[in-house]
Amino acid sequence: MSDLLAARSQMAVSLAFHIIFAVIGIAMPVLMVLAERRWQRTRDPVYLDLAKRWARGTAILFAVGAVSGTVLSFELGLLWPRFMALAGPVIGMPFSLEGFAFFTEAIFLGVYLYGWEKVSPRAHLLAGVLVALSGAASGIFVVIANAWMNTPTGFTLANGSFSSIDPIAAMGTPAAFPQTLHMTLAAYAATGLGVAGIHAFMLLRNRTSAFHRAALTIGLVVGTPAAVLQPISGDIAARYVARRQPVKLAAMEALYETRAGAPITIGPGIKIPYALSLLAFHDPRAVVQGLDAVPRDEWPNVPLVHAAFDLMVVLGTYMALVGLWAGWLAWRKRDVATRRRFLWALVIAAPSGFLAVEAGWMVTELGRQPWIIFGVLKTADAVTPMPGLIVPFATITLLYCALGVIVAVLLYRQIVRSPQT
Amino acid sequence: MPSLPDTLAGVILAALTAYVLLGGADFGGGVWDLLASGPRKARQRDLIAHAIGPVWEANHVWLILAIVLLFTCFPRAFATMAVGLHVPLTLMLIGIVLRGSAFVFQSYGGGGGRVFATASLVTPVLLGICVGAVASGTVWFGVRDGTFVTSFIRSWFTPFGFAVGIFTLACFAFLAAVYLTLEAKDTELQEDFRLRAIAAGAAVFAMAVLGLAVFPQAPPVDEGVVALTGAAALAAFWSLWRRRYKRARIAAAAQVTLIVWGWGIAQYPSLLPPDLTIAGAAAPRVTLELALIAVVAGAIVLFPSLYYLMRVFKGNRALEAP
Repeated sequence: MSDLLAARSQMAVSLAFHIIFAVIGIAMPVLMVLAERRWQRTRDPVYLDLAKRWARGTAILFAVGAVSGTVLSFELGLLWPRFMALAGPVIGMPFSLEGFAFFTEAIFLGVYLYGWEKVSPRAHLLAGVLVALSGAASGIFVVIANAWMNTPTGFTLANGSFSSIDPIAAMGTPAAFPQTLHMTLAAYAATGLGVAGIHAFMLLRNRTSAFHRAALTIGLVVGTPAAVLQPISGDIAARYVARRQPVKLAAMEALYETRAGAPITIGPGIKIPYALSLLAFHDPRAVVQGLDAVPRDEWPNVPLVHAAFDLMVVLGTYMALVGLWAGWLAWRKRDVATRRRFLWALVIAAPSGFLAVEAGWMVTELGRQPWIIFGVLKTADAVTPMPGLIVPFATITLLYCALGVIVAVLLYRQIVRSPQT
Repeated sequence: MPSLPDTLAGVILAALTAYVLLGGADFGGGVWDLLASGPRKARQRDLIAHAIGPVWEANHVWLILAIVLLFTCFPRAFATMAVGLHVPLTLMLIGIVLRGSAFVFQSYGGGGGRVFATASLVTPVLLGICVGAVASGTVWFGVRDGTFVTSFIRSWFTPFGFAVGIFTLACFAFLAAVYLTLEAKDTELQEDFRLRAIAAGAAVFAMAVLGLAVFPQAPPVDEGVVALTGAAALAAFWSLWRRRYKRARIAAAAQVTLIVWGWGIAQYPSLLPPDLTIAGAAAPRVTLELALIAVVAGAIVLFPSLYYLMRVFKGNRALEAP
């Protein structure tokens, strides 16, 4: 394994691990606050139990997310020092703002978790709201920094260094809006349907539990709207990619030759005529740039990017359909908790969102290769000169595998298991 | 009026100081968890867990803030440190991950108390080693003299580095013990931590005196700062002796703050000796201006929130000697 590949693998493992905790950390506080609000209004103890269990889950996940996020902030330099030396002054701004948002989140999570008896009910609920808001804000800031790597703006490049740096223009990078929208919706959809799916599974075994019924409902309230809106944001994102990173789009769709009226390729040999031109430019005759437009050594890993993209689309479509089904049942005032087929559909949706998030990040990160800053700096030129990078890669991987297992066991014990009383 | 780069370097050192005073004490708590002994062993550990629980994550963010400001405002210094100190920084990160996750697992019934305590012991030493390497000017970007050992190990694997590492650990344990005297709800526990604070304070004092004598090649520390630090240390001892714990807390925090700033002043205007100065490593002016605006705006949100957090959980519940 080359040092470059080891560094990329370590970054991939660190991000793939952290993103699960980040996504849950963004959305879980919303569920927790909704449950507490229901309890304050109805005084039904089931909701208090839920809010407290979800708060405990958030505490465990937030802690692991905080430390794995710290690892990433160092790894930017440990693995890609030349990238940070060049890009730090341009995109340090969203990272600094993320630092403050994260700080606010940590402070009010402390108040929320340990303050049940110490602050007024209203202050307690407000602390939860602040956790949810600052969680969303920190996610958005980090994604802006990533968007800049896809569509770098706010500098002039000359002789390998930047001049006329404008950090505000860098934050307004064209990819910022579509990426942050897509990612934020993904967090709510994955977590909401994830929670709903887990409790759907418990309801299939124990139909009368008011606890699982309440949890299912709140999970659906958060997850369904996001899942239904996600295809629209995906369309916006894809059209930005078509204009700004045509190579990435070509890899996503495995389009080797530039052509008008481009089809979509699904699996080997199945093509839908004109569909790609229609999706990318809303015009069936539009010319879509293929991989042939750039030299072979500037291609990303096409089979991997294409497969990850298709996986994301399939999972996202499935979740949107489940979301529509839930909306339909709610509109017809049907009791979702007793519909076996719907509950099974939710059980399948539970891991789908997280798989889609991982697949989506593979698309955006692998699709940008071989560039770390698209069109400006190659990943191979940014890597640290330190040899033997397979050692930290293996260490971090083992560490995260062990942590993942422990977190899963703890979460099951703390949250999912039916109340004993 | 200090220059813009100097101001931001000062902000970063202030964030690092806050990390040492708050996050450092949380690591120190782990040390006392490991060394818990006597008839009140279980209660000591319980007190530590309760003291750290609500605040450790907020305390930990000071480190993240220092790092993001460093790579925004002084990107070359960050890149050089990340290359030259790759090994100890990675080890420190593993310590941070183990400490944080083991603490939360322990809090939620998953065990992991020994991991929490052991990681609390190792991580501060590695942090100190990195500081020692920066101060002694041995951190380089890239491969020097061809071999892995000369480029990536010898810069930090030095007697001076380990001395700073152990000293950092002692400072953290001292801070934790002093703070815990105010957290304790009964006099017996308070006495336990009073004695631990005095012992750790004596260790800090002895190491500082010994260090100044043994490592003359270390950056020359300003004599005025040394005198002030000594005065703060004596005030902390005297307050602990007289059981004036609030006063002891202020004196101990002042002492450790002076140690951190003594290091900063000693190597000023170097950011990363021998070559990188604060002005030389600074990002373009517009980046620094925006970073300063972000710091001020962030502080306006942050300080009232932090005050609220501390008031809710660290209010006047403690025993104070008559």
